[in-house]
Amino acid sequence: MILTLLAATPLLGALVVTCLPRGSANASTVKAVAIGFSALTLALSLVVMARYDVESGGYQMTEKHEWIGQLGAWYSLGVNGIGLVLILLTTILVPVVLLAAWDDRLPGRRSVNSYVAWMLVLEGLAIGVFAATDAFLFYVLFEATLIPIYFLIGSYGGPQRTYAAVKFLIYNLVGGLLMLAAIVGLYVVSAKDGNASYLLSDLQNVDMSTTTERLLFCGFMAAFAIKAPLFPFHTWLPDAAASATPGTSVLMVSVIDKIGTFGMLRWCLGVFPGASEWASPVVITLAVISIVYGALCAIGQDDIRRLVAFTSVSHFGFIILGIFAFTTVSTAGSTLYMFNHGLSTAALFLVTGLMIARRGSASIGDFGGVQKVAPIMSGVLLVAGLSSLSLPGLAPFVSEFMVLAGTFTRSVPAAAVATLGIVLAALYILIMYAKVMTGPLREGLEGFRDLGSREVAALAPTLVLIVGLGFYPQPMLNVINPAVDEVISQVGQGDPPPRTPVDVSEQAKTEEGGH
Amino acid sequence: MLDLVWLLVAIPLVSGLGLLVWGKEADAWGHLVATVASAASFVLGVVAFIELAGRDADDRSVTHVLFTWIEAGPFHVDMAYHYDPLAALFVLLITGVGTLIHVYSIGYMAHDERRRRFFCFLNIFVAAMLTLVLAADYLVIFLGWEGVGLASYLLIGFWQHKPSAAAAAKKAFVVNRVGDLGMALAIMLMFAQLGTTDIASVNASIGSASTSVATAMGLLLLLGACGKSAQVPLQSWLLDAMEGPTPVSALIHAATMVTAGVYLVVRSNGIFDASEAARTAVVVVGLVTLLVGAWIGCAKDDIKKALAGSTMSQIGYMMLAAGLGPAGYAFAIFHLITHGFFKANMFLGAGSVMHAMDDDVDMRHYGALRTSLPITFATFALGYLAIIGFPGFSGFFSKDKIIEAAFGYNVWVGLGTLLGAGVTAFYMTRLMMMTFFGEKRWRDEVHPHESPLVMTIPLMVLGAASLLGGALLAGDWIVDWLEPVVGHTEHHELAIPALAMSAIIVAVVAVGATLAYLTYGRRPVADVAPLDSQVRWPVRAGRHEMYGNEINEALVVRPVQHTTRTLVFLDGRGIDGFVTGLADRLGEASQALRKPQNGLVRSYALGIFAGATLVLVALLAVTLA
Repeated sequence: MILTLLAATPLLGALVVTCLPRGSANASTVKAVAIGFSALTLALSLVVMARYDVESGGYQMTEKHEWIGQLGAWYSLGVNGIGLVLILLTTILVPVVLLAAWDDRLPGRRSVNSYVAWMLVLEGLAIGVFAATDAFLFYVLFEATLIPIYFLIGSYGGPQRTYAAVKFLIYNLVGGLLMLAAIVGLYVVSAKDGNASYLLSDLQNVDMSTTTERLLFCGFMAAFAIKAPLFPFHTWLPDAAASATPGTSVLMVSVIDKIGTFGMLRWCLGVFPGASEWASPVVITLAVISIVYGALCAIGQDDIRRLVAFTSVSHFGFIILGIFAFTTVSTAGSTLYMFNHGLSTAALFLVTGLMIARRGSASIGDFGGVQKVAPIMSGVLLVAGLSSLSLPGLAPFVSEFMVLAGTFTRSVPAAAVATLGIVLAALYILIMYAKVMTGPLREGLEGFRDLGSREVAALAPTLVLIVGLGFYPQPMLNVINPAVDEVISQVGQGDPPPRTPVDVSEQAKTEEGGH
Repeated sequence: MLDLVWLLVAIPLVSGLGLLVWGKEADAWGHLVATVASAASFVLGVVAFIELAGRDADDRSVTHVLFTWIEAGPFHVDMAYHYDPLAALFVLLITGVGTLIHVYSIGYMAHDERRRRFFCFLNIFVAAMLTLVLAADYLVIFLGWEGVGLASYLLIGFWQHKPSAAAAAKKAFVVNRVGDLGMALAIMLMFAQLGTTDIASVNASIGSASTSVATAMGLLLLLGACGKSAQVPLQSWLLDAMEGPTPVSALIHAATMVTAGVYLVVRSNGIFDASEAARTAVVVVGLVTLLVGAWIGCAKDDIKKALAGSTMSQIGYMMLAAGLGPAGYAFAIFHLITHGFFKANMFLGAGSVMHAMDDDVDMRHYGALRTSLPITFATFALGYLAIIGFPGFSGFFSKDKIIEAAFGYNVWVGLGTLLGAGVTAFYMTRLMMMTFFGEKRWRDEVHPHESPLVMTIPLMVLGAASLLGGALLAGDWIVDWLEPVVGHTEHHELAIPALAMSAIIVAVVAVGATLAYLTYGRRPVADVAPLDSQVRWPVRAGRHEMYGNEINEALVVRPVQHTTRTLVFLDGRGIDGFVTGLADRLGEASQALRKPQNGLVRSYALGIFAGATLVLVALLAVTLA
């Protein structure tokens, strides 16, 4: 029951917030209540984390109720290490976003009630997506997450919000439609095989022909590739990020886009292992292109929000590369990357969001020398930026290196080209930082406010986690590793052994010397 | 004590981060805390060194696992340190010179309102540099490696309000990242090939892999070393890095961080021993850089840039020595240490001169400063005599050994290092003459004054070390000390006795110094530099740093900018254009389909008539056929 409770808490919060009186006089109460519910959800997710038994691995805290018997659809939840990590990410980021969004100015006379309510709805649905172990339930929740984001962009975003929201919606609906076809196909396949069932555990044992498997795989993969987003299906993201509020961007890129890569792991690799392997050369190529292409496009952006969006295209390339390299090292790296990228991008979107709100412009050219008047903001931007360029000692480095090292054992060319990303990342971050923060103070920025204490409090958790997990990622990896091992053995792959392994006795000797 | 070596890193790290977070209240005393932290690390370093020296030669190494950093599947990296004779020397150099430079900076940065932050960054640098040399795993080296890169970035760009400083910082980081690309790939190759990234295991078992793997690994590591140590072709960032405060140039861009590349090669001696090709590449890089750096040093009028050219050149010597394999490793480290003393000394001396000259760095505005700055002059002179290799000074011993070993390796390489020694004497004498001798060329409003004691005491200490550093070679101590780590073989017998070799080197040095004296000591120096068009091409090339920036600009920067612009355009018009175009066509198609639905009964009737006719015709056609 605890997973249902976990998903229901923010939904209940959304309901409560909607019922609260509207108007600017009550805005503080509304935000405080929303933050309260999100904090409660976070507490619950920590309970889930604590109750998850790492030793035995697998799916735990499962719930199963029949939902639509004729279809074989079940209300079935459960978490493994991968889902758990993403649920934790979601529940950490929502309070952070709500706190950072305290001073967001909303367009027109939009009420803050529905703004925060939609965010809470999104949180509840995201938790459901990460916990669903029934394909039908997953699909329904997957599509349902479009609704809150559509309204968050379309009602509360910038001047181009309507265009961006519609573009977001249509793009993702196309992907969803293909997935729907595959979902229908799955029913046919599993019904033909005996009992119709959408349960993950049943689907993994369904017999299907190679062609069927590949077609169904493509249906799922199309939806996930658009969501993730993978080159060349990425063009909705920069537009959406440029028009959304910073908080919405965080939820969209850090949490909801992860459903794409999460889905690849759970559904593509889990249910269609053969087809995943079949498609892997193409997917790896697209992932490597994403890494380099996203980074190059980021270098050329003038709008800070579009820049961050393109860095994410590059980072998602790494995540997808690690997943389709089919090694435990790279896949564990990808899973950790999902978490770390969430933190890093959240910090980046939020701090640049505050900068943009103060300046009234997102153009890099409108900033300059801000460091002089806002040293704390400059420091936060630098740390967030350094985490985005994967500086060792910060969390994303660990995951990025694992992805690269694992991929290297599978494909040297893919790893080598992907490693170019670390040089390009230094360019897109440091060029932006130099233009915005250094040099003489630009005219019109004299009264620029540094971060206030509430803003620091909102951002601090992400920064603390970024540094902490950079030096000690093991608590996360301990949870991730068993789940990843399962997925990789499902695909029938493993880590290629070292070509000339170190002599074990030699290693034992050097280790002995150390104690 | 050897189980507490991690404290060496922890103390400056905690102090640096703590002071950074503490805030303004720490402005008054933060620099003192930072200095004490660095000194505490030095004291611990000395204690650990004594304990290590007290052990038997084959027992002088301690590996200590602090915790597991990363573990997933077969990938396992421990956060562990490895304290051995090589690391011990570096610890002393880093914390010793580091502490002196902390002390010096108390005076040098006294009037900077962001002094506390400066000291935080210095502390963080010390911690990262110690991590680099103490690491027991290549990935942990990489952590320190990029950590010092970050500290360097922050400190070069310390005066961020100057666009030139910000640009130099960015450039240093990006060029270093190109090198780091090599290092990252080398580590991945280690994991894929050997299944471990532990330094000891990799170097012990690389022999079981093929030579081509060792060569690839060596070349990739060399790429990393080139970035960090400003070796050709990744040298372009170092001269720009002189935008940072002078103590930073002394500590990071002369004495310690830039020598990390040499450390990496020496530390990876197993890999380089296994590949002749990789060693040759190291020698070539070292030789080219030592000549290019010396050339640049001859042409620069900016005192710091002249010294920076010299740093490149001297690191070229070390790199070359490291490329000679077991015959050269110990001498590379020996020169690295003496260079750490005399170059830090001269950079701090240059800082003291700048302090006196209102931050003017142009040597053409100096002259005759020996009387106004007697202590700075005296200590600088010690450094000068050391670097040119004046008999008895530290540099004499360390450079001699490298030149000898180079001759033992190959005559042409030996001649290159000999030429380098002559050019070194030339540019250093030129610098000396232009700064401290001749006529005064400063403007009237400048009143040179000696720096306060807090700045001159470190100068005196480093001056003494420049003089006495050669003592490390007494009784071949440093060679024996390092032998358990890097091994040692004598180089090939030279055709002439070692003493004659030394005499030849000293003669070449004397020629170089005399030429500079005749050009810059006997004749007045113009206080305005002649235009590019008035000087011959070698000077022009030196002034433009052998056109390194222009080459990078043409080969890398502009192509990347061009690609970036093209891709941004294509992304909008091409990919997104296709998608939005699809949407537009769909819209147009709907518009076209909407047209017939015009609400007029007669047009509908016409439609029905046309349809019925069509059906009729079709039916007839089918029946008749």
